[in-house]
Amino acid sequence: MSLLAEMNQKALNLGLPISVHFDITYRCNERCVHCYLDHDDHGEMTTAEILDVLEQMADAGVFFLSLSGGEVLMRQDFFEIVERARQLLFNVKVKTNGVMIREKEAARLRQLGIEQVQISVYSHRPEVHDAITKLPGSLKRTIQAIRFLKAQGLKVVLANVLMVGNFSDQQGVIALAKELGVSYTLDPTITPKMDGDRSILALRIPGTDLKQIFQNQELVGNVEEFCAPPPPPGEDIMDGFPCSAGHTACYISPYGDVFPCVQFPLPSGNVRQQKFLDIWRHSPQLNEVRSIHARDLPTCSTCAHVGTCTRCPGLAYMEGNMRGPSTADCEKSFQRTGIPSANMLRQTGAAYAGPLIQIQALANSTPDHVF
Amino acid sequence: MAEKYIARSKAIAARLVGGEMMVMSAADSTFFTLNEVASAIWQAADGRTPLAEIVAAKVCQEFEVDPEQAQRGADRFVDELSQHGILLVSDQPLLDSSPSPEHP
Repeated sequence: MSLLAEMNQKALNLGLPISVHFDITYRCNERCVHCYLDHDDHGEMTTAEILDVLEQMADAGVFFLSLSGGEVLMRQDFFEIVERARQLLFNVKVKTNGVMIREKEAARLRQLGIEQVQISVYSHRPEVHDAITKLPGSLKRTIQAIRFLKAQGLKVVLANVLMVGNFSDQQGVIALAKELGVSYTLDPTITPKMDGDRSILALRIPGTDLKQIFQNQELVGNVEEFCAPPPPPGEDIMDGFPCSAGHTACYISPYGDVFPCVQFPLPSGNVRQQKFLDIWRHSPQLNEVRSIHARDLPTCSTCAHVGTCTRCPGLAYMEGNMRGPSTADCEKSFQRTGIPSANMLRQTGAAYAGPLIQIQALANSTPDHVF
Repeated sequence: MAEKYIARSKAIAARLVGGEMMVMSAADSTFFTLNEVASAIWQAADGRTPLAEIVAAKVCQEFEVDPEQAQRGADRFVDELSQHGILLVSDQPLLDSSPSPEHP
């Protein structure tokens, strides 16, 4: 076990929130077609409120702090927030589109000693990237920002959200990341909007494209190992938790709402009304999330993929049941291994168990009903 | 022998987790956990107190360790952390360092 994994385990044992994703604004200068946020300002926390929350988080034991949005630089106090976060010795990662980062901002981020900057890039072609962000010239400015940050010696990760409109540009983005000398990460997950609107799910890439990703050695390493059928789950798997949401990690919105994760919109408290640590320790919602083990999942506990699935409890919650399956992850498990999930078999039994049903139907049917 | 002064780098992240100090260098993402003795030295690294004084006050007294053994251990610890830029070392006081971490 790595040192980091040991510390995560220790935080889990001690009930510490070691990681927090903090969206400091939902305002943005881009209007990405797949974005799940409402960009209007409905009453963001003030500078003083945010600085106070940072202190509370440091007292509570938070170490990894992701500052995100919206576009973080839309806040005029962004650098004041980062400066305080670094004084409090957080490991700070910043997620941004980079459009507002020039030499001066890059130098300031370097001076403040942040760990990493993650920048969204959707394509190496301006006509595709800018069509997704709906901000003309955005790719050019984003690439300039990456160069400014690299020139300062900062670690930059290029994050490539894949959707139907940019899937074919994935290799181009990988090549761009190489040319810029930055890391590359992809995310094929499109999530429903925070208000429950599911229309943007139409942008999700189809399963066949997912399969192509899972068989790309450059992305997954050993393809045979990555796509291998799941081993039978042991007791440790059945007693385990799906992810860190609510266990060692949580999410705070610009309005002070606390959720188990940015992808898990279960309201669990508000730092304007309660201390962060009180919410973390005593929120009934967070405690309910913590109480759920793999064996408590009605469908997923019977699934062959239970030990290896990337099941997101937040996406399951958005589908109506935090103990239920997340169909996007069922699809991933299926495309990765070729083995349908328990949820797929339950929902579309006839389709997946087709041959057996057909034999039964033929035997019991008159010739008129065969076709 | 010249005095040795140590100060915590500003390019680190740190937090005390269950008695152990987690430290990560922003420069190379190296991750360290410090035990109680190392944490005591790290927290006392204010850039103004000589290492020998820190060892005498924070290690020998609080952990009842033989002075020579404690000094050797402290020197090794300081060497290793300084190689990763987590501690700054000088034979002069490091005046630009903060007196103590606010939230280790």
